[in-house]
Amino acid sequence: MNRVFVALLVAAVAAALLRDALAAGGADPLLGAGTEPALRSLTQKSLDAAGDAAKLALGLTGVLALWMGVMRVAEKAGLVALLARALRPLLVRLFPEVPADHPAMGAIVMNMSANLLGLGNAATPLGLEAMKHLQALNPRKDTASNAMVLFLALNTTHITLIPARTIALRLENGSADATNIVLPTILATACGMTVAFVAARLLQRRFPLEPLPPASADGAAS
Amino acid sequence: MSAFRAFADAVSSGAIPVIIALVALVGAVRGVKVYEVFVEGAKEGFEVAVRIIPYLVAVLVAVGMVRSAGLLDLVSRALAPVLAVVGVPVETLPMMLVRPLSGSGADGVMVELMKTHGADSVAATTAAVMSGAADTTFYILAVYFGSVGVTRIRHGLWAGLIGDLAGLLTAAWFTQALLF
Repeated sequence: MNRVFVALLVAAVAAALLRDALAAGGADPLLGAGTEPALRSLTQKSLDAAGDAAKLALGLTGVLALWMGVMRVAEKAGLVALLARALRPLLVRLFPEVPADHPAMGAIVMNMSANLLGLGNAATPLGLEAMKHLQALNPRKDTASNAMVLFLALNTTHITLIPARTIALRLENGSADATNIVLPTILATACGMTVAFVAARLLQRRFPLEPLPPASADGAAS
Repeated sequence: MSAFRAFADAVSSGAIPVIIALVALVGAVRGVKVYEVFVEGAKEGFEVAVRIIPYLVAVLVAVGMVRSAGLLDLVSRALAPVLAVVGVPVETLPMMLVRPLSGSGADGVMVELMKTHGADSVAATTAAVMSGAADTTFYILAVYFGSVGVTRIRHGLWAGLIGDLAGLLTAAWFTQALLF
């Protein structure tokens, strides 16, 4: 993540400088050199984004608390384990590193069901619950495990049966057949999900995990 | 399609309260102290929200700067000829670039395409399918890994972006094949 972070920041500033330079030379009307220099608007944007991020996280607090509460009740009632047992053959194949009876499996199923139904605001808290359980299995706490990366990749490409928000936007803008996107969307996400799965599996060999440090005497793994 | 539509509306409008009530009811029947257990879980949700703030700030500032600097305009000029070759409408390029970075940004691009080309045009329809075929990978990365304090993501970003790209390209192809 270090390299990605630095690359994004440097690329953004470089692009802004380039645009300002081109605008000063009057060479580039195409980029729509606005009244405001790109670097100045970049300054404003970076500060705004920081504020937005904090607001977004705090805005998530309510739904996170709600769904983690519901999830805990479902767990205690044995509902999550029930769901996980039904899908066990599939899950064991997807996540060979996770023991079949581990609570992570239940959380993964809940997250994927929420994604499938398009319940985005429930999917994130349930996904974080799954991450927590996967982290408990992860021996290197600062490094992503194979199961985590795979779970994440499946989440960024998850299948949605009903893209409700997009359908609403299409209706609003006068589409005559707003729901015709459902079938191609399902097919495309199925392809995306398959490719993400294969990519995660193939890439995990190119990003090998460092060997664990020898366990310390008191057994506390760092 | 109308039966499906009715089902879709019912799910998206009613599923959440029904699920919550059902979980509470089953919990109560099975002897779970529903209120206490709920509050205990909810407490953790609050902690998670606070824990992800630093990660979210880092990623959203970087992404916001990239978008604001007009970097995507530069990239899209370079990529436009490539898209034509692989059979993707060139107008949807901004969609493909913004989708992994920002959900609201992607909605903005989609609505813009609907307004300029018409809601049922090839470009706007393709963009709508693309919107569902990929997700805000950078945001998900920050929130999911941030919530457990993982900073070394290994192939996390690559696997997510490769999946996005596959979803976006096949979105264009399926749209052409099935709808136009």
